[in-house]
Amino acid sequence: MPQKPPDGSPPPDDGALPPAALAELTERTFGAYVHVPYCAARCGYCDFNTYTAADLGGALISSVGLTTFVDIAVQEIRLARAVLGETDLPISTVFVGGGTPTLLSADDLARLLSALDAEFGLAANAEVTTEANPESVDPAQLEQLRAAGYTRVSFGMQSDRPHVLAALDRRHTPGRVSEVMRWARKAGFEQVSLDLIYGAPGESEADWAASLRAAVQLGPDHVSAYALTVEEGTKLSRRVRRGELLEPDDDLLADRYLLADEILTAAGLTNYEVSNWSRGPATRCRHNLGYWRGDHWWGFGPGAHSHVGGVRWWNVRHPAEYAARLAAQRSPAAAREELDASTRRVERVMLGVRLAEGLGVAELDEAGLGACADLARSGLIEPGALESGRVRLTRRGRLLTDTVVRALLPD
Amino acid sequence: MSAAPHLAPGADPAMIRNFCIIAHIDHGKSTLADRMLGVTGVVDARNMRAQYLDRMDIERERGITIKAQNVRLPWRAHDGQDYILHLIDTPGHVDFSYEVSRSLAACEGAVLLVDAAQGIEAQTLANLYLAIENDLTIIPVLNKIDLPAAQPEKYAEEIAAIIGCDPGDVLRVSGKTGQGVPELLNEIVRQVPAPVGNPAGPARAMIFDSVYDIYRGVITYVRVIDGTLTTRDRCLMMSTGASHETLEVGVISPDPHPTGSLSVGEVGYVIPGVKDVRQARVGDTVTTARNPATEMLGGYRDPLPMVYSGLYPIDGSEYPALREALDKLQLNDAALTYEPETSAALGFGFRCGFLGLLHLEIVRERLEREFNLTLISTAPNVVYRVVMEDLSEVTVTNPSDWPGGKIAEVYEPIVDAMLLLPTDFVGAVMELCQGRRGVLKGMDYLSADRVELKYTLPLGEIIFDFFDALKSRTRGYASLDYDQAGEQLADLVKVDILLQGETVDAFSAIVHKDKAYSYGVAMTTKLRELIPRQQFEVPIQAAIGSRIIARENIRAIRKDVLAKCYGGDITRKRKLLEKQKEGKKRMKTIGRVEVPQEAFIAALSTDTGKSTTSK
Repeated sequence: MPQKPPDGSPPPDDGALPPAALAELTERTFGAYVHVPYCAARCGYCDFNTYTAADLGGALISSVGLTTFVDIAVQEIRLARAVLGETDLPISTVFVGGGTPTLLSADDLARLLSALDAEFGLAANAEVTTEANPESVDPAQLEQLRAAGYTRVSFGMQSDRPHVLAALDRRHTPGRVSEVMRWARKAGFEQVSLDLIYGAPGESEADWAASLRAAVQLGPDHVSAYALTVEEGTKLSRRVRRGELLEPDDDLLADRYLLADEILTAAGLTNYEVSNWSRGPATRCRHNLGYWRGDHWWGFGPGAHSHVGGVRWWNVRHPAEYAARLAAQRSPAAAREELDASTRRVERVMLGVRLAEGLGVAELDEAGLGACADLARSGLIEPGALESGRVRLTRRGRLLTDTVVRALLPD
Repeated sequence: MSAAPHLAPGADPAMIRNFCIIAHIDHGKSTLADRMLGVTGVVDARNMRAQYLDRMDIERERGITIKAQNVRLPWRAHDGQDYILHLIDTPGHVDFSYEVSRSLAACEGAVLLVDAAQGIEAQTLANLYLAIENDLTIIPVLNKIDLPAAQPEKYAEEIAAIIGCDPGDVLRVSGKTGQGVPELLNEIVRQVPAPVGNPAGPARAMIFDSVYDIYRGVITYVRVIDGTLTTRDRCLMMSTGASHETLEVGVISPDPHPTGSLSVGEVGYVIPGVKDVRQARVGDTVTTARNPATEMLGGYRDPLPMVYSGLYPIDGSEYPALREALDKLQLNDAALTYEPETSAALGFGFRCGFLGLLHLEIVRERLEREFNLTLISTAPNVVYRVVMEDLSEVTVTNPSDWPGGKIAEVYEPIVDAMLLLPTDFVGAVMELCQGRRGVLKGMDYLSADRVELKYTLPLGEIIFDFFDALKSRTRGYASLDYDQAGEQLADLVKVDILLQGETVDAFSAIVHKDKAYSYGVAMTTKLRELIPRQQFEVPIQAAIGSRIIARENIRAIRKDVLAKCYGGDITRKRKLLEKQKEGKKRMKTIGRVEVPQEAFIAALSTDTGKSTTSK
């Protein structure tokens, strides 16, 4: 059982948005996320909304599977256009995630992009990313994606150590990443990102250091490093509960994080969000920045989340139900939340503080401002930044973001 | 609707019999009382609800009686005459011996009810002695004779030996089947003396219970000794001298029936039209304002709290509601005392005095259940008398009040305890009592396989978990009763618990010097597990005065950030934040340390005592 979606109120059948939300559209950039909910096999730690052949009754190639996915998603793209109206809304960023997007053929991924382009138009210098598992790409596919307009590829490297990859149920070999990296560069991708996971069972500090060094050696433009979290309902959590595996210790994860920051920084990658580092300002993931900055985006595909002008909604999770809704000309949204002004501020604080650019103190109320001095004294936020009106986390503060957010949002 | 003859006012005292039932928990008192209601026809089988007289939910759930109830039963006896029987149901736990004493004072006779499969228990024995002291006629009865395990011969002999009667005089009944119940009622008529009083004198009635009703105000249950109480006369409470309009006078059978008056020997209720139970106190004598009696009735013991505990609302804003709830409970519970106190750790609350641990639990449960409060109770303690070197004295009902100066002597309350148990467990029980600083005072064989042990024990050693320890060591076969027996000099110290150098008043305890170390270790270990990690290191220390006797450390938290953003699922992230903030609201801040309520509750639970004493 993957994670449960939050509660919310039922959205209208046609997915219509309140005029107030639509009125905000032109104020911020607009992005598109596409969730491809298929994997060849489920990894033991993963609780994302994704399905294997077995989950879908034996074959990924079925009425709700891979072959028809893009056709169905295109219907949602058309619905989105109808809902958002005639506003000129060029897409600044596209992010195709999953699941395993590269299980789709390059043709399908290209069709997806051209459907978005046809309905909305891609902005000049749009960032167009697809996630890719090292074992499921080949040179031709990468060439084709680049030609179709994809500008950025993010590889799920996770680790450079075979036993760690095995513990994570990842099927690629360590050498594979340098190979796919070379193919991506050759295909003309100027932005290549690597995802890493630390704290897996059996991963020593030396293993993690080795993975980090291997990653920076490949010269990525961007690295994301995530602590392994034991999510309820996963195989990993069952093994932890049975006592077969120890839950990763928070102190150890803190050490691993600091090690990552040290090695990545030394290699010229700068931290710009708690878990993200980039070669320079130009290679930050603009799509993900949109999430933290409260920009608008439409999430296409089963279980995808969207945000437009203070309205958040999320789609039904199962591919079959998703397909059925769209076939019946109905919005695939499962539920939505219309945020009031104070909740929107809470979100701005909660999300904005994660970024290295920091949070403007204007977002804080009196109590939140009052907490700043104490946070600075405790070494969780930078005193210098505070003087110039911004709340910026220190290295230690990044590890204690939740503490900082609670302090900034008292009551 | 015309009243049945037995509900008419002005009953002839010669035709009245007032009795109670003395029994141990589980020996079937309530079932027998229910059966009496059925046999006398006041409740028909259709309306019979198990344990009719145990009205409170808690009583029904726990199968025990806390409040004294009473009921009037009409009975045509073996002699063909119509009698009025008043059954006064008595509470069944050592904590409530004061309620028992009031019930006994309202009766001329007592049914000694003993389970035919288990024999007499310590508490029954204690109440039996009390009834004998009060000159009540005792009617010994073996109950549950329908049980396959019943050994009526054996236990009849045991009872006969205790009360000095012939084993053949012990009646045998089954509350469950009704067998022997009519015969028992006839014996009550035959043996229990009719009440005697002065019908022409000024009215005097004893309040043996008092309950608060939201519609009627205080309802007092009384036994009339002399004269007549009527709705025509204002009633006067002799202890306060205040008079009140007599709104209603009547009898219970088993529902209230207004009769307009109550005369000599009758048991019933009076509604004095007061909202505050302190104006109609249990133990008071009711007379009339028109023709007041000059002398109060005696024979009541003022209930004295033996155990104290601080009760605090988890949500500080519930403090006024707690005060109101305690005010209301006190209407029903003359033994409950409370006064406001402030704890640095827990905020505003009340230091409450109880008769014992069960009384504490019941009050707490009622506050939570009937008044919807969520409470923390501090570890219970007894009352200490501390004599200083300058010979001044301090009475300590709260460890926080322990004086800081030079202490000369400390006295602690002690009890005379009576334990009844099968001979097989004598060794185990003696070991337990010695571990609790008990002094053996005597040992008597009630029969070949049952022993009565007499111990003097510090009250402070038995209020925590003694019952549990006794039960587990004797597989539930031992029973215990105790009575206050003054005080003794003792080598006691106050152990403080410090968080980051600050004393947490709610965790301070007064313990014997020999147990201070194990208490300190147990508490610091427990708190280390219960208190979440903070931004800084938190030392937890146990200290006697300035001397540290145990120390633990909570390391500083280093990571709490949730790294992922779940494909833009911001809602989930925000809900997590809301949940964290909700959790923080339930924290108390001590110094800079945030302590969750659960930590207080768990640390103050009786497990602490167990882990201390199991060393």
